[in-house]
Amino acid sequence: MTTRGEFRVVREEPLPPAPPDRRHLLSVGDLSRDDVERLLGTARSFETSLERQVKKLPTLRGRTIVTLFYESSTRTSSSFELAAKRLSADTLSIRASGSAVDKGESLKDTALTLAAYDPDVIVVRHPQIGAPQLVARVSGASVVNAGDGKHQHPTQALLDLYTIEAELGRLEGVHVALVGDVLHSRVARSLIGALALVGARVTLVAPPTLLPLGIEALGCDTSTDIGAIADADVVYVLRMQQERMEAGANYVPSLREYAARWGVTAERLRPGQKVMHPGPINRGVELDAAVADGPEALIETQVRTGLVVRMAVLYDLLTTGAPVQAAAALEVA
Amino acid sequence: MLVRREARPDDLVVRGARVLDPVAGIDAVLDVRIDGGTIAALGEDLHPNGHRVVEGRGLVLAPAFVDPHVHLRTPGREDEETIASGTRAAAAGGFCALLAMPNTDPVVDSAAVLGALVDLARAEAEVPVGFLAAITKGQRGEELAELGELSDRGAVAFSDDGRPVESPALMRRALQYSAVTDRPLAVHCEEPSLSRSGQMHEGAVSAELGFAPYPSLAESLMVERDLRLAEAESRPLHLLHLSARGSVEALRVAQACGVEASGEVTPHHLSRTDEAVRTLDPNTKMNPPLRGDDDRAALIEALRDGTIAAVATDHAPHARHEKEVPFEAAPFGVTGLETAFAALFTHLVQPGLLRLETLLERMSDGPARIFGLPRPRIAVGEPANLVLLDLERRWRVGADGFRSRSVNSWLLGERVRGQVRLTVADGRAVFQR
Repeated sequence: MTTRGEFRVVREEPLPPAPPDRRHLLSVGDLSRDDVERLLGTARSFETSLERQVKKLPTLRGRTIVTLFYESSTRTSSSFELAAKRLSADTLSIRASGSAVDKGESLKDTALTLAAYDPDVIVVRHPQIGAPQLVARVSGASVVNAGDGKHQHPTQALLDLYTIEAELGRLEGVHVALVGDVLHSRVARSLIGALALVGARVTLVAPPTLLPLGIEALGCDTSTDIGAIADADVVYVLRMQQERMEAGANYVPSLREYAARWGVTAERLRPGQKVMHPGPINRGVELDAAVADGPEALIETQVRTGLVVRMAVLYDLLTTGAPVQAAAALEVA
Repeated sequence: MLVRREARPDDLVVRGARVLDPVAGIDAVLDVRIDGGTIAALGEDLHPNGHRVVEGRGLVLAPAFVDPHVHLRTPGREDEETIASGTRAAAAGGFCALLAMPNTDPVVDSAAVLGALVDLARAEAEVPVGFLAAITKGQRGEELAELGELSDRGAVAFSDDGRPVESPALMRRALQYSAVTDRPLAVHCEEPSLSRSGQMHEGAVSAELGFAPYPSLAESLMVERDLRLAEAESRPLHLLHLSARGSVEALRVAQACGVEASGEVTPHHLSRTDEAVRTLDPNTKMNPPLRGDDDRAALIEALRDGTIAAVATDHAPHARHEKEVPFEAAPFGVTGLETAFAALFTHLVQPGLLRLETLLERMSDGPARIFGLPRPRIAVGEPANLVLLDLERRWRVGADGFRSRSVNSWLLGERVRGQVRLTVADGRAVFQR
């Protein structure tokens, strides 16, 4: 007779939920409409503060913010870092190359190592879906997803909402056409959800092979005809992700044919339509160079608002959404 | 073909349980007496004859389960599972027999490797184990393994499980040549050019999460191909871990046309859909992936009507550190031996989707029949292969630990209903709680 006492029983507690006092921004799906409106309001307060000569606020003095980037990035990593500095937090930037990651350290062990410094926030970018969730589970810090594979990039969606609202004065009822490689785009997945949350209308325009089967369930229309952008207030052009195009996958016959049929050019836009792009742009592929540099393009605004929106996100996570003025006053007192 | 550690058979009386053997047509409250490992008497108020008595009042005593699809990870990954730990897990799950897949390191593709495993099982298997051998050398899909010699040495069946036999010509040859044995081929149906880099079922959930898709077609196209080949060669064919509606429909049609084809389905595909992947928990990642509602409904229907005659756990242990990674980096596979009955009692029988009798048959007689194994039966003179089940008992998966060396259960932390209280395998009480 074998009884339990005679052999090893492997004990496994189910994954513990993250401590309840830690808040994360892992996906647009984590946000309510109230959250979005509060974050955009906070970002507006920061925008005002940035017009001052001295741009630094004491709000997060003594806090530690780590950025952990496993993928190359210019605008996202720089704007998170600057956002943290503008709020007077201590920052620590880890890049996958040149760190223990190069020596084969697992994400879990890297997260545990960083957690030993007791950071308040860890900002993670990783090529694999679910990496920020893993960091959130093991680190004890508040985690911001700065892009995980093809899944989510929630701060990009927030800065896009901010940009649209600043330009058009509203979000409710705005019609946005997303054009291009939806299949490989975390920007598209985040933005579709965010636009749906605030009552905007979304049309996806792409070659049939770059529209994921079942994407309509997110609450958007789809079209394979570039003519479908005509009704939109904003034409949001997605990057044609050449680095994610597996050789021989044949999503499109050629970039040349893609540009001819789906490239956003001045001829395909009507006057007054705003043009956005998350960068970096493949000029002449998904977006004509003249349009990118033209008066209707909001691309630089997107980069600029990225800073205040990320300040708002960091601030919100660490002050549980208290109004900016009150918290700043508290710090000064 | 089935081997286990030598041990003295038990004398035992199980008193007052509801004895339920759907194949033998028994459903009555009875005492069961086991003398020297053989069922010696069934009746009311049996004299214990000095045997140890197990109280069965309020419990169900059924033929023990047979799992036709288990990964024991031996040789090669004994850190994940051994024959000893895997068969203890099987005992705790109510199994009296299991079949181990050959995708080990080295692959079970030669009489030498198979012979060493059989010897090891004789030394440490708590529950009788049979071994499948590879269809092709190294499971590389290039040259046939020595099916004749492997069969002579006791291979129960042949499989390249984990991967398909990609070439239709080689699959055809394998079917033809397998006629020198009386053993079936058991195939993992996956068209790799359609599933390549796929992480989960293609549908609204993969669209939202951004995972590379592994469409249902990747399975059902290959199922159709292999059924056609089996039909042409008039050879038996077993389809492993079916997940898609299209596969089930093809199997049903083939069976109606007289093809000697069988299928199996896992508890996780019967209980869960791709919605579970929203958690991004690597324990929702397996091959084939969890599919849509419509697929799940088709699997349940096929299990009910007998198109799929067997439940198989596809118990696939993985080291903790290999599963504690982002979903995309995690290996495919989940454990299932210790939770199979509770999972299906909770998710199919309780909600009224499947009768208890059907579940018991599909977990025991069905798989035994397909692979020509001894069929567990509650009748005087039969070897005792019994499971005593507490259908009222609720428990939390993992709270008590696992007998398996791995903890990657797809049910980890869940509350389930239905618990194994006693397992008698080949005349020996191998588990009791």
